[in-house]
Amino acid sequence: MSFDNAYESLIDHEDTHWAFGTGFSEALPGVDRAIPSDVDSADLVAYCLMLGDDALVLSQRLAEWCSRAPELEEDVALANIALDLLGQARLLLTRAGEVEGCGRDEDALAYLRDERDFRNVHLAEIECGPFAGGDFATTMARLLVFSTWKIAQYSSLLGFADPVVAAVAAKGLKELAYHRDHAAQWVVRLGDGTDESHRRMRAGLARVWPFVEELFAAHPVEQRLGLDPAGYRAEFDSVIDTVLSAAGLERPTSVPAARVNGRAGRDGVHTEAMGYLLAELQHLHRSLPGATW
Amino acid sequence: MVTALDVASAVRDPELPVLTLADLGVLREVVEEDGRVLVTITPTYSGCPAVEEMGADLKRSLRAAGYAEVEVRTSLSPAWTTDWISDEGRRKLAEAGIAPPSRVGPRAVGPVPLTLTPPSARVACPRCGSPRTEELSRFGSTACKALRRCLDCAEPFEHIKEI
Repeated sequence: MSFDNAYESLIDHEDTHWAFGTGFSEALPGVDRAIPSDVDSADLVAYCLMLGDDALVLSQRLAEWCSRAPELEEDVALANIALDLLGQARLLLTRAGEVEGCGRDEDALAYLRDERDFRNVHLAEIECGPFAGGDFATTMARLLVFSTWKIAQYSSLLGFADPVVAAVAAKGLKELAYHRDHAAQWVVRLGDGTDESHRRMRAGLARVWPFVEELFAAHPVEQRLGLDPAGYRAEFDSVIDTVLSAAGLERPTSVPAARVNGRAGRDGVHTEAMGYLLAELQHLHRSLPGATW
Repeated sequence: MVTALDVASAVRDPELPVLTLADLGVLREVVEEDGRVLVTITPTYSGCPAVEEMGADLKRSLRAAGYAEVEVRTSLSPAWTTDWISDEGRRKLAEAGIAPPSRVGPRAVGPVPLTLTPPSARVACPRCGSPRTEELSRFGSTACKALRRCLDCAEPFEHIKEI
């Protein structure tokens, strides 16, 4: 393809789509996909869905800010972070479908599952803005908490039995480091800013804090895979405390969000916000299956 | 004689067309066997939408050069790093007004470091060469670029951020 002429590059394609970013075919072309023999396949599928759904759902939430952020650079930043997470989600959902072996690809898993089949933590799905009741400060509080936790989680997966998950984790770590720095810098800027920005940053933290407990509760699938999220709680606390101390903020003392009969996001039990989120995420594909543009 | 490696190495990056995939370090291996070509690439960012284009462009170029059977494989591990951008690639970036990344070296063992202030790394302005530049935004027009400004000639410019 020649790029001498910008218009040519749009039409001079063997493929039917006119720009990259649409009409994805597969997320893992030619990646070594041997399924490890010492891991239970059903557990591996479930775990890939947990990780993939965390990334997919937060990606959707961050993308909601595009054109609504306080400044243009922030539109770009949040969209970039959302894109990184979407990339991680594609790899993880593709892997889930592949190990499951029932012919479900990333699109089938993202667009055609119902709410109760999603395995993301509540922190990823709750409304933190730009819509009703949300705030940019709340979004930054969530991004700080989420990426700090994810970094610790991915770090613990570098030697994981499944090579695809381990590779996604290694790659994702580099991206998450940028995401966390971005959020941390905003938390410091707002927390250590004006009275108003401090008040809103503190309120944002208080909004997301009840959802922290769930991040470190080991699900039976994780236990069977030999993973223990509680093992990286200290690392999480230490990073959060460093940021909050620089921001002149304190760790909220809020009560953890209630579970339903002991179940939460990892069991497919979600908050009210999830149905609305999925409606927006899925309606196009469900109305016009396979639509590309 | 033009080898499959020569052809693959000349394919340009869809988002940074001043660079070839080889300059960018995305092209990891080209193996030619009985007229069949196996190309291995490593994506830059997980969500980089250009990865599929890269694969399609490689296939198109190799087929045009007479290699009928081409397979493109993706290798995720080890993960891509800006350290894989070649010296030639760095020169071409600077010529195109994009500040190349500095070398990061292998990641230190232990927790991922937290950065609370924008990096103070000295990035020279690709237009006037001044070392006095500042970061405007760590996120730019593509996943791999940050936006900076020169404090001397006042021009904004892009910088391939280290990863």
